[in-house]
Amino acid sequence: MSSNSFAYNEQSGGGEATELGQEATSTISPSGAFGLFSSDLKKNEDLKQMLESNKDSAKLDAMKRIVGMIAKGKNASELFPAVVKNVASKNIEIKKLVYVYLVRYAEEQQDLALLSISTFQRALKDPNQLIRASALRVLSSIRVPIIVPIMMLAIKEASADLSPYVRKNAAHAIQKLYSLDPEQKEMLIEVIEKLLKDKSTLVAGSVVMAFEEVCPDRIDLIHKNYRKLCNLLVDVEEWGQVVIIHMLTRYARTQFVSPWKEDDGLEDNEKNFYESDDEQKEKTDHKKKPYTMDPDHRLLIRNTKPLLQSRNAAVVMAVAQLYWHISPKSEVGIISKSLVRLLRSNREVQYIVLQNIATMSIQRKGMFEPYLKSFYVRSTDPTMIKTLKLEILTNLANEANISTLLREFQTYVKSQDKQFAAATIQTIGRCATNISEVTDTCLNGLVCLLSNRDEIVVAESVVVIKKLLQMQPVQHGEIIKHMAKLLDSITVPVARASILWLIGENCERVPKIAPDVLRKMAKSFTSEDDLVKLQILNLGAKLYLTNSKQTKLLTQYILNLGKYDQNYDIRDRTRFIRQLIVPNEKSGALSKYAKKIFLAQKPAPLLESPFKDRDHFQLGTLSHTLNTKATGYLELSNWPEVAPDPSVRNVEVIELAKEWTPAGKAKKENSAKKFYSESEEEEDSSDSSSDSESESESASGEQEEEGDSSEDSSEDTSSEHRSDSESASEVGDKRTAKKNSKSKGKSYSEDGEKENEKSKTSDSSSTDSSSEEESSSDSESVSESESEPESRKVAKNEKKKTKQDRNPLTKDVSLLDLDDFNPVSTPVALPTPALSPSLIADLEGLNLSTCSSVISVSTPVFVPVKTHVLLHRMSGRGLAAHYFFPRQPCIFGDKMVSVQITLNNTTDQKIENIHIGEKKLPMGMQMHVFNPIESLEPEGSITVSMGIDFCDSTQTASFQLCTKDDCFSVNIQPPVGELLLPVAMSEKDFKKEQGMLTGMNETSTVIIAAPQNFTPSVILQKVVNVANVGVVPSGQDNIHRFAAKTVHSGSLMLVTVELKEGSTAQLIINTERTVIGSVLLRELKPVLSQG
Amino acid sequence: MIHSLFLINSSGDIFLEKHWKSVVSRSVCDYFFEAQERATEAENVPPVIPTPHHYLLSVYRHKIFFVAVIQTEVPPLFVIEFLHRVVDTFQDYFGVCSEPVIKDNVVVVYEVLEEMLDNGFPLATESNILKELIKPPTILRTVVNTITGSTNVGDQLPTGQLSVVPWRRTGVKYTNNEAYFDVIEEIDAIIDKSGSTITAEIQGVIDACVKLTGMPDLTLSFMNPRLLDDVSFHPCVRFKRWESERILSFIPPDGNFRLLSYHVSAQNLVAIPVYVKHSISFRDSSSLGRFEITVGPKQTMGKTIEGVIVTSQMPKGVLNMSLTPSQGTHTFDPVTKMLSWDVGKINPQKLPSLKGTMSLQAGASKPDENPTINLQFKIQQLAISGLKVNRLDMYGEKYKPFKGIKYMTKAGKFQVRT
Repeated sequence: MSSNSFAYNEQSGGGEATELGQEATSTISPSGAFGLFSSDLKKNEDLKQMLESNKDSAKLDAMKRIVGMIAKGKNASELFPAVVKNVASKNIEIKKLVYVYLVRYAEEQQDLALLSISTFQRALKDPNQLIRASALRVLSSIRVPIIVPIMMLAIKEASADLSPYVRKNAAHAIQKLYSLDPEQKEMLIEVIEKLLKDKSTLVAGSVVMAFEEVCPDRIDLIHKNYRKLCNLLVDVEEWGQVVIIHMLTRYARTQFVSPWKEDDGLEDNEKNFYESDDEQKEKTDHKKKPYTMDPDHRLLIRNTKPLLQSRNAAVVMAVAQLYWHISPKSEVGIISKSLVRLLRSNREVQYIVLQNIATMSIQRKGMFEPYLKSFYVRSTDPTMIKTLKLEILTNLANEANISTLLREFQTYVKSQDKQFAAATIQTIGRCATNISEVTDTCLNGLVCLLSNRDEIVVAESVVVIKKLLQMQPVQHGEIIKHMAKLLDSITVPVARASILWLIGENCERVPKIAPDVLRKMAKSFTSEDDLVKLQILNLGAKLYLTNSKQTKLLTQYILNLGKYDQNYDIRDRTRFIRQLIVPNEKSGALSKYAKKIFLAQKPAPLLESPFKDRDHFQLGTLSHTLNTKATGYLELSNWPEVAPDPSVRNVEVIELAKEWTPAGKAKKENSAKKFYSESEEEEDSSDSSSDSESESESASGEQEEEGDSSEDSSEDTSSEHRSDSESASEVGDKRTAKKNSKSKGKSYSEDGEKENEKSKTSDSSSTDSSSEEESSSDSESVSESESEPESRKVAKNEKKKTKQDRNPLTKDVSLLDLDDFNPVSTPVALPTPALSPSLIADLEGLNLSTCSSVISVSTPVFVPVKTHVLLHRMSGRGLAAHYFFPRQPCIFGDKMVSVQITLNNTTDQKIENIHIGEKKLPMGMQMHVFNPIESLEPEGSITVSMGIDFCDSTQTASFQLCTKDDCFSVNIQPPVGELLLPVAMSEKDFKKEQGMLTGMNETSTVIIAAPQNFTPSVILQKVVNVANVGVVPSGQDNIHRFAAKTVHSGSLMLVTVELKEGSTAQLIINTERTVIGSVLLRELKPVLSQG
Repeated sequence: MIHSLFLINSSGDIFLEKHWKSVVSRSVCDYFFEAQERATEAENVPPVIPTPHHYLLSVYRHKIFFVAVIQTEVPPLFVIEFLHRVVDTFQDYFGVCSEPVIKDNVVVVYEVLEEMLDNGFPLATESNILKELIKPPTILRTVVNTITGSTNVGDQLPTGQLSVVPWRRTGVKYTNNEAYFDVIEEIDAIIDKSGSTITAEIQGVIDACVKLTGMPDLTLSFMNPRLLDDVSFHPCVRFKRWESERILSFIPPDGNFRLLSYHVSAQNLVAIPVYVKHSISFRDSSSLGRFEITVGPKQTMGKTIEGVIVTSQMPKGVLNMSLTPSQGTHTFDPVTKMLSWDVGKINPQKLPSLKGTMSLQAGASKPDENPTINLQFKIQQLAISGLKVNRLDMYGEKYKPFKGIKYMTKAGKFQVRT
């Protein structure tokens, strides 16, 4: 803050008088101030001059003073022309302050505001995302209807911006435009729909906010994004979480059936749910009995649970209300602990939370009973908190705890805060009515309070006792007598009135006292309060009817007094009573019934909680707090009888397939074409390094191509195939592109196969399965290139089919709701049982895709041609089997290494029914077998693929390869380099990761070799030959970096080859998996050092 | 969501207003003033006040009302929590949050508010990010700015906004790398007249001051994590690892922050470190009352109790008190009837006591309740729950940081009924 504005503030803050003199004229109202304007002109003239000066510092000072005026609520609108000129200032701070000014006054000076629009339009195209975002922010905040079309355009453009930050601002702008011009709704919904698909956590909260404001009824827009939102939730910023949770609560109430019907059956349902979900599916199919929870419903409940631990009270409350409204009753309990924790917070938070607890505790006492003592009142609590706590204590009171509570209440009654003491007495009354065991005790206690010194306490006690007695038709003559005595001392009108009413009501039970009381009252009638007078009249009337002998004259006296009372209510009542009870010639039929009218049995008042009926409002809302419907409150609908079609939420399959496919190639293609959704991932990771990253990707892509071209020059068919899919991807969107990369991956593996065959000097007839594979992937990419959701679904189905054909066993595991149950697909659930922390957890959270932009699995740089013998033809009686590692992510399971087995029939007879028999696998290891091969022609060869989860160890997988007649024991021992998947990352990320994997996690060795072996290409070739690693682009010539992750655990494996002077080099491997690391080191060392 | 914000001081002046949507006339605050009048005490002003067209949600801190104007349904806690965050941010920026400070820094305040909300929806509330956008004013910067003409406004998008660790700014550099953790536990208790505990619980927080270069990744483990019953974390803590290993693993924000707050399960018996012996008696006839309290240590695990302050709200009938403390100083305000005794350290050999008489209003009946005694104290180097940090490790950076862990036990809401 500059010294100048200090001076200004001192001046204005110092004396109100000067301030008035100088500025008030311009503030009050523009119209009123107009006449006095000239006197004020000088001061503003001064500001204007400063604004028009050449010096930025002068302008800045002027702007600061103007902002000071705005902050104080003073009118600075006449400076508009001078200020708006500076909108294009180079100085960022001036610019910002001008923006502040513009947003404040543009609405009033619409014509002049238009002058600034072009500046913003220009800024919207600025390369700096911060400037784009702030231009959009200001442009959309200027509430000038003329520019609506410009705003619409800007929003549309920004919603497709590369930067998630700009897209977030676009989401905010939607709401602004909507409030300015609701007619744009349809167009805006389109933008919302688009932004809802956004995967950035930055955008999610804001767009849901826009959704809630613009089109909360378009629940159909949510379907496709439901699972994504659930999964993203933990990583969205806290404010977004609140909005999303509230929205999802409403969503769940419309889309799922009530979990409340059969709570007891719930437990085994849950088990089913976890066991397998095709069972689940079946259940939903045959019109479920008993109730099963929709997996999506469960997903929401499960994913919100960690948020109970949030530091933000609003988030905790939002989760609490979600559990309250949509979770099975048996699970609601977990929220109470968190809510009680919030009670430690500020007074305002306490207030809201206590209100909500009060509502909850009415319906479900058990929830908060263990925390009873947390609601004990402290003398330092503000009164509103005290009364709320009392309310909750009352709700929680039951037979078991009432005695403790009553003891606690006794302390409160003595409190110096008399209002609170009175509230406590009310509470005791309520406890007494609710719990019949203690009614008498309470009554006695209250009677004791009648002798209290404090009048308010006594009065309140009287009122409560009156209510209690009314509820109990039993004789309580003693108490009434006692109270009658009190009439002499007590002065509070309500209490006196209550006593009189009680005596009147029970006048037959206290026949001696009642007339005497009436006598006393008649004496003091004129000096009584109106309320008491009315009750005296009532008492008189009742006594007249029951005991007219003694009280006739007294009553008539009182009626006479009442006739001339000042208050018309009393005069009215007097007339009414007289007509009713005193029989005369004019009195009608009614007087016969007077006794029935006056001494009818009156229903006892119900003492209930003011929070009783609040639960029809959604908890945690403003409406709930106020107990009235606030503007814009969205009703929580009742559970539907029958759940709407759950399949509307199915979108994941394709995306998931994409998640773990190598993305390197696809990215390269896309970055050339600038598909926005594609590059978002880069943006996510880091704004500044996005360039280098895309470079790295393209680099790895190039390398890849290099790799395969050097290795194989005659892959005609597959390269054709690739160009096909490329052209398809041109019309398609990101998904297609990624998909293509997958199909490309497949074609790759074919290459491998072919080479395999070639090298094996085999008679290469193309194999059935691979051609089938090719055709299936082909059809996928074609159908997808139409890039419409429907067609996508078709594609999905198609794919499902093909996959099912091939491996019926795993169809559900790999296809249905992958994100729920498969660890890879849920980013948060990716297992990193690592000891040392890694950034992965953070990184993954940000994006839906497992392979977050930094560490994404890439395509293998090189696929070695080496095959291993599985079964020699001699020992296999003519059946020969070779296996090799295609270095592709396994399609059967994310933790598996894919193995391709080529079977050759070297006999001259058909070999039938080739399958895998007994498996002897070490602990934890898993294997996905190929489908039995019905027959293999003589001289025929077939390649099948299988997946083996080696659990990141080099242990041998033993199994039996069986034919119709024989069984052969075979085993596969994986080279350590095949237990890896290559990873693409930037050098920066590599270093960061490496930095975290030091100490124990680092192994290194020195290699000595001839200099010609240390050329980059040789090292590259040697390393990738041994291990399936990805190349990390390196800034230094003498350091080569490779990155991979282990297939099973996903731990990073970082390999560094650093060339030193002479002919030595340092080989460093960083990984959490130290065993594999050292094995790899041992394998790499001889390869690198050999000639 | 949040339409406007008004800052109102204790004398009822609106000294700052900020609008995020169209301007709401400040006359809307009249409803607030009405409620304020009705409430008599500032802290009894209801936090939510409905008016015909708007809703006023307010928080009261540092003797300032922060009143947010809302037009439509919104979770009230959302607004309240946000307002508290605003106050915290001001405090972070200016050291204190008071009317003169806000007035002095009105431009920075305005810029900060502008960044915190867009269209009434929170945009950047993380202090690390805000400080990159708008640099907090320091004397040095003020001088530099006046000379060079540079500004307080950052010209780049804070990297944190987009990075994977949105709470930490990048490019942090320190010459002395240090990480301090304060484990602070507060005992909330209500003690009965006879000295028995009615309720007692321990609420703890771990406040951190981390000044580390680069992107450190820290893990903090406890000797006895089972003690922690209910915890809430700063967003930086990896929840999964806590769930599985009971280890706090996090990339810390730069500077001061609250790492976690916890609750020690109610099942554990809470050790009460002090006792208060009291004998306060009013006699019906006499206009004098006797007053005597003694404070002594109970279960302190051999540590000294410091900073003991005894306060008590005396009944209305007490006119004045003449007391002699054996140590420390005491004051009695005859207007608010607040007795305050600053004891200081407790010496177990010579227990501090406060004795004397109270003069009561003549003729008034004796108050029916004895005053409640509120106690404050501090015990250094002790976490009363027995929580102990096992070790703190840093990954991701090469240097050796200086690590420090401090324990402290304080009285929270500690009341003794007499």
